[in-house]
Amino acid sequence: MVFENKEVLYGLYNDEEELMTAIKRANKAHLDIMDVYTPFPVHGLDPLLGLSESRLHIAGFVYGLTGTATAFLFMTWVFTRDWPIIFGGKPYWSVPSFVPITFELTVLFAAIGMVVSFYVVCGMGPGVTNPTLDDRITDDKFCIAFQTNGYSKTEINNLRGFFKATGASEVSTKVI
Amino acid sequence: MSAVVSTIREPLVTGKKTYHDITEDLCRPTESVPSVQWVIGFIIAASLAAFGVFCIVWTIWIGIGSWNLNRTINWGWDITNFVWWVGIGHAGTLISAILLLFRQKWRTGVNRAAEAMTIFAVICAGLFPLIHMGRLWLAIFIFPYPNTRGPLWVNFNSPLLWDVFAISTYFTVSLLFWYTGLVPDFATVRDRAVGVRRKIYNFLSFGWTGSAKHWQRWESLSLILAGLATPLVLSVHTIVSFDFATSIIPGWHTTIFPPYFVAGAIFSGFAMVLTLMLVARKVLHLKDYITLEHIESMNKVILLTGTIVGVAYLTELFIAWYSVYPYEQFAFFNRALGPYYWSYWGMMLCNVITPQLFWSRKIRRSLFWTFFLSIIINVGMWFERFVIIATTLARDYIPSSWSYYVPTWVEIGIFMGTIGIFFTLFLIFTRVAPVVAIAEIKSILKSSGDKYVGKDADPVHHHHEEEHDDSNGFLHYLEGEDIYTETDASSGINTLADMSASSSVESDAVSLVSEVEAPSATQVDDLKKVEGIGPKIEGLLNAAGITTFQQLANSNFDAVKAILVAAGSRYQMKDPTTWMEQAKMAAEGRWEELKKWQDELDGGKA
Repeated sequence: MVFENKEVLYGLYNDEEELMTAIKRANKAHLDIMDVYTPFPVHGLDPLLGLSESRLHIAGFVYGLTGTATAFLFMTWVFTRDWPIIFGGKPYWSVPSFVPITFELTVLFAAIGMVVSFYVVCGMGPGVTNPTLDDRITDDKFCIAFQTNGYSKTEINNLRGFFKATGASEVSTKVI
Repeated sequence: MSAVVSTIREPLVTGKKTYHDITEDLCRPTESVPSVQWVIGFIIAASLAAFGVFCIVWTIWIGIGSWNLNRTINWGWDITNFVWWVGIGHAGTLISAILLLFRQKWRTGVNRAAEAMTIFAVICAGLFPLIHMGRLWLAIFIFPYPNTRGPLWVNFNSPLLWDVFAISTYFTVSLLFWYTGLVPDFATVRDRAVGVRRKIYNFLSFGWTGSAKHWQRWESLSLILAGLATPLVLSVHTIVSFDFATSIIPGWHTTIFPPYFVAGAIFSGFAMVLTLMLVARKVLHLKDYITLEHIESMNKVILLTGTIVGVAYLTELFIAWYSVYPYEQFAFFNRALGPYYWSYWGMMLCNVITPQLFWSRKIRRSLFWTFFLSIIINVGMWFERFVIIATTLARDYIPSSWSYYVPTWVEIGIFMGTIGIFFTLFLIFTRVAPVVAIAEIKSILKSSGDKYVGKDADPVHHHHEEEHDDSNGFLHYLEGEDIYTETDASSGINTLADMSASSSVESDAVSLVSEVEAPSATQVDDLKKVEGIGPKIEGLLNAAGITTFQQLANSNFDAVKAILVAAGSRYQMKDPTTWMEQAKMAAEGRWEELKKWQDELDGGKA
């Protein structure tokens, strides 16, 4: 893996509708958007940016199944192999009374697994500092960023022209 | 953000807020010096909490003998308080999970605080089963872990153990759900902070950037956690009710308990949310985010669940009579007319009669009545748990062991202490985190803010595109490329099919022109049909005397390139290699062939 600093040219928009229009124009001009940053989830952005659907739910399903299996098999093992005890005249392997704990552990495993996966795939976690382009992106600015490593002056000027034409309120560069 | 919103729905964000206003308003409590009201509240709450901790230590030091429980009444205030707090802890997840699945937008105003309240209430609830063991240091025995006693496992068939799993799972999932929602808002606070505060919020915000992909995953995660939390929240109080329903005690052994407990939990939880939010709304100036519409919506939920609870009480009485089972009948007779009659009638008054006042819209929208009734309801719900637990136990099968129970100061102290802990944690929360979910409020602003919808909305602006001047012609440059992006789309194919249909006439004209080799003044082809040529470039070519496909076809690469270079840096990167060949096809009317070729071309480049 090559670590190199990204030279970023980014523009800030004041409104999510301006942002969407700008992205549509960028797509038409085959401009290669590095990322888009917004203060809240803007709906309709994913198809424009060509983001594929998140697969977290598949992971969640697998984690949930792990929880189901762990709880059920463990209780089965304890009460039929390790230390069989008769409770209330019921059989050792009394499946109905395993249901509540099996359910709880399914939910617990799925939730913990998905949350941990979310932070790992997003490169986030306690104390992690990811570079941000502008402090107002978490406030009221909508940002389109281009990575401009190796771009010629003409190409960068073209991008600046794009920002101006699509109504970006500010255009800046930053190395992250 | 063009969600369809009924015109009769009231705006959920008032005060004509912009995105920045929302950030300012909701971050302010975390950034300013605490108000006098806050400090006084905190001192009272923290003192209560300290007294509660003292009473807990006292209990552990002296033993459970410091409580007034006896052989007959072995569950008293401890388990009453436990069930009461767990019930209160249900509203947060209900608001954030079930209302998210139902797409109820008003949840955004109250979900953050309600979830926080859930977590703090479950902390208070969890204390009681631990303390009532007496020997707190043996609490680890409730978990199945490999031990040196066999290993001797816990009893997985016991509802009390199910409770351990249900409550700890519920606490963990609620905490994860709450914190995941907080991360983007902590990032907002971080980006406004400086110095040490920035470092702290940087730690708390986990490196959030607001990237589109992260938002997508965040939304996906929130939705699935909501989907998981929905059956979970219903399971928790169901399992709490199993503690009673699976026993053989008359008055407890009823199948109605799970739905009745869940409805009661939501009922008391919403009441507690209202108690807290009405105060927070006033003290933290959140009137624009927690509107009368929010309060009315919550009061409607209270009316519904309160009515379910009322019906459940009456059903219990009916079934006791209908069962012709004397012990069951005695249990209910005893509740209503026995030594604890006051708690039964208190419960009936507070939980069955008072919520019916919410049929009146005036009362639903009255802050005073809402606050007053929310407290009445929680008193009533405490009575309900006391009635179920202590009253039932007080009169068992053997009259010689009948008993009456009054709590000691230690038991009362622990209960007051949990109220202190709850409010202390909540007050700290209002200073540390945004009490209303900033990002979620922003995401509903355009569809529910009074600046945009409702009778006082601002007039609609013109579309932004028209507002920007296009001095450098870049838009035209971009729009010129429409021709080759649209050839990929079905609409583009239609256009080209139309073109080929009309081409016979046109190509005749073109061939005529090519024969004479001299364009007439009126002969102008749409050069934009050549992929790579936009309106600007067409203008340049026309200016250089190239107006027809034939002329372009007869030209050469160097000549066209020279025209582009002369026009300035903006056109230098254009590559006209294929233009002549394309123009030749157009001139000869081979539209089908041209279209096919253009599909393969990338922006007019081979």
